[in-house]
Amino acid sequence: MRFERMLTPLVLLTVTGLLVGTTLERSRSLDGTINFLAFFATTAAIYAVFSLALNVQWGYTGIFNFGVAAFFLVGAYTAAIFVKPPADPESSVRYVGGFGEVFSPPFLGGDQWVPFLVAMLAAAIASGLLAFLLAIPTLRLREDYLAITTIGIAELLRRIVIQEDYLVNGSRSLIGIPKPFSGYFEADTNRFVYLAVVVVVLIVVFLLVERVIRSPWGRVLRALKEDEIATAASGKNVFAFKMQGFILGAMFMGVGGAVFAFSRGSIGPTTFDHFFATFLIWAMLIVGGSGNNWGAIAGAYVVWGIFTITLNLQLYDLPSLIESRISFIRDFLLGLLIVAILLLRPQGLIPEERRVSIWLDRRMRKSTPGDPAATNTSEP
Amino acid sequence: MTFALEATGLVAGYGEAEILHSVSVTVADGEMVAIIGPNGAGKSTLLKAVFGLLPARAGEVRLGSEDVTNHTPDRIVAAGMSYVPQVENVFPSLSINENLEMGAFIRRDGLPERLERVYEMFPDLTSRRRDAAGKLSGGQRQMLALARALMLDPTVLLLDEPSAGLSPKMVHIIFKKILEINKAGTAVLLVEQNAREALSFSQRGYVLVAGENRLEGDAAGLIDNEEVGRLYLGES
Amino acid sequence: MTVLPAQLTSSLSDVAEGYRRHSDAISRGVLWFLIALLFSWAAIFETDLFIAGLIVGSVLALGAIGLTLIYGILGFANFAHGDTMMLGAYMAFFFLTGTVVGKRTNIDVDLGWSIDRLPGATAGLGDLSFGWGLLLAIALAAIVLAVFSVGLDRVVYRPLRRRGSGIVIFAMAALGIAFSIRALMLIIWGPDPRRYVQGLHYANEYPFGVVLKTDQIFIFLVALGLAAVMYYVLFHTKLGKAMRAMADNPDLALVSGINTTRIVMWTWVFAGGLMAIAGALLSIQALLRPILGFELILPLFAATILGGIGKPQGAFIGALVVGVAQESSIQFLRSVGFEDLSIGYKPAVAFVILILILLLRPRGLFGTAT
Repeated sequence: MRFERMLTPLVLLTVTGLLVGTTLERSRSLDGTINFLAFFATTAAIYAVFSLALNVQWGYTGIFNFGVAAFFLVGAYTAAIFVKPPADPESSVRYVGGFGEVFSPPFLGGDQWVPFLVAMLAAAIASGLLAFLLAIPTLRLREDYLAITTIGIAELLRRIVIQEDYLVNGSRSLIGIPKPFSGYFEADTNRFVYLAVVVVVLIVVFLLVERVIRSPWGRVLRALKEDEIATAASGKNVFAFKMQGFILGAMFMGVGGAVFAFSRGSIGPTTFDHFFATFLIWAMLIVGGSGNNWGAIAGAYVVWGIFTITLNLQLYDLPSLIESRISFIRDFLLGLLIVAILLLRPQGLIPEERRVSIWLDRRMRKSTPGDPAATNTSEP
Repeated sequence: MTFALEATGLVAGYGEAEILHSVSVTVADGEMVAIIGPNGAGKSTLLKAVFGLLPARAGEVRLGSEDVTNHTPDRIVAAGMSYVPQVENVFPSLSINENLEMGAFIRRDGLPERLERVYEMFPDLTSRRRDAAGKLSGGQRQMLALARALMLDPTVLLLDEPSAGLSPKMVHIIFKKILEINKAGTAVLLVEQNAREALSFSQRGYVLVAGENRLEGDAAGLIDNEEVGRLYLGES
Repeated sequence: MTVLPAQLTSSLSDVAEGYRRHSDAISRGVLWFLIALLFSWAAIFETDLFIAGLIVGSVLALGAIGLTLIYGILGFANFAHGDTMMLGAYMAFFFLTGTVVGKRTNIDVDLGWSIDRLPGATAGLGDLSFGWGLLLAIALAAIVLAVFSVGLDRVVYRPLRRRGSGIVIFAMAALGIAFSIRALMLIIWGPDPRRYVQGLHYANEYPFGVVLKTDQIFIFLVALGLAAVMYYVLFHTKLGKAMRAMADNPDLALVSGINTTRIVMWTWVFAGGLMAIAGALLSIQALLRPILGFELILPLFAATILGGIGKPQGAFIGALVVGVAQESSIQFLRSVGFEDLSIGYKPAVAFVILILILLLRPRGLFGTAT
């Protein structure tokens, strides 16, 4: 019991200690360390937006989205073409849109922030629309069909980006995506300004999710996750609620993609790899604890922390046998970590705010006497 | 007196919820016994606990002289007890023949003779041996489910709501078939919503309420019992 | 709730039953018709692509049969299936050549023992590009993967089953395993592509403009042979019938006295062996690359869902359909007006099939109504 309560602070402290320690050792200066940690915090906060978004879908609605990469990609590219100026016909960089100047009001420094707000909104809408389209054939079916379909759409979108190279510059990166307020500050300072922007976005998303989940609508969602049949029996349109939960999560993912695109300044189809853009986000939510927004954020911090620490390790004099493949070893261990957590601590670092474990609940429902849905207890 | 099946003081439930609080049921050799009671009384749970599908937290299940408490279903089947679940009690994509074969999975020998014997009891199935069970009507499925459970010639047969979802006419046919099985020497313990029909075919009955034994006695007596009649037989 | 007279309820349910059967028959008919259309069009107008599709499909089928059995019997989507197939292909490579990467991931190390050192092991069998050494290596890989799969079930999936975890937890664990397996292949064999046999091999011409390498004919025959063996096992042995029974209804299998633990073990043995062979056969035709595993997921699931979950005969047909569609549909679309359509969309075909089947008939060709 004691250990249980100590676990989360212990993990957070260890990760923070190693992170700061290895970064100090690596950059050998305070300035460099702070710069690096600011970059780390920016990326971690962006991932936290995704982790929260996935929490809306999986943690609260029970929707099984294995293609986060698809929504990530749509959000990022949509945002990019909304903030960039129109493509230069002379240049080899080709893309559609380029609405950056359209949404730049000529007052109050409007070009420094208005296009970015518009872009985030557009990213959210595009991503939500994708969710809507995908939901039509799959949301009424068994939950893992959506997982397969979303894996598929992520792959398909990546192919479309590569094949239709007039859309967003094909397999080459789409470069030169501006950051908000970059006209006011030096690049060095702007790093921190942008961190502040991302943190504000994260806080807004967090508050929105918290508010929505505690609303009557959110209560229906959670009831739905626990028992779809009972919720349907109480007269709720299950399909509509699931659809709304899926779309809402996807819209937050679109926003996450947008802030990611601003942060990196350049994105390409390889950016939206299944590992970085889907699996890592699931890992964050599971490590942190699904069904809990604080858990989602803690998970993003811890997993991205581990990631960054292994990057830092490359600067030490490791045996080349390990050093040359440290990223593979890290991915290998991360996969095992997920399996281990599912086996040993399925509630994650910060458990869901309920007394009874949902697994226990599920089993009870499964074998309730006379329940026609009773299946799949293949072993005694 | 020897009992084919003797369950004493069974306690069982799901997770933290305890559904059966010390229930006892006996079935004599060749007897047919009905368990009736309101919804949620724990009737199906009782069958599951008897058959080892749900761990018995206390109590004992004896099959003849053998203690089978918390044995796995394959060992219980080998010991001579079969169970027909209420729903989804056939393998839809397997042929009728294959369904029956699965009923005798634990035995290596004598499959043709067993099939022959069961087809004789259920002549309707004979002509459709090769058909997928999924194509059968509700009543035929119930017949096949019974036939599958009889493949090993059990001493005790557990039936969970054999009349569920069937038309009144079919209910009667099924009960007559069950009686026939019983007459051939198999003891039957059945759980029923359709209390009147069940009692009229059985020799004895138990009334289960809220996971406890409420009443027991011979079937005719229970039908005439005023409380039973008022509560479970739909009489005012 | 209003209480309806018993007779009315039963006649109402009869009507509903009749309607359900009717629409069931229609959607199945439409599906078979579309498949027949695709096959006859491809066979007549694009014979070469049709044959190539059948070959790819027959190999996919070996993977899909295992996937559908696991899906039906254990009830979860094994997202590690594609990566495990690649692991099988790499195991065969390893047994054949004894090669792993060394200190740096771009430098190979020869472990000093391997099948290809045995006399005559690499001499081409007849017109084939490879010798008996590769066949032995594939057989060994199949055994290793069968054992590996059973072990994985014991360590990961069985504890999850005991706890009664939901299907999503299983799928998530499978995804974790998939990424671990992929990373493991990168650690051991590096990211650069590999091949079983060096050098060029020529194709022969056959009637109707069909150009085939003898290797491809061999692959097709082996895949068909193994599918036939699986058919025999599943439909004519007690073990196989019990596997199908469990895929239909695991609870009833348990109640019938079937030793479900044993059936689960054998399912993994067959699935594991088939995965290794399928992965290796695919790699005879193409290069081995660790990332290919994940790309196999979509065609495998499209085939499985098209055939109906838990239905091995369905998975076989589904895989042939996916194979033929993948090879020929880009050509088809070009011929009906999309002249500029890129061949790069080939992998998207499986996705389109998946969406179509989910819209038209989610339970698949052989799926039974429940």
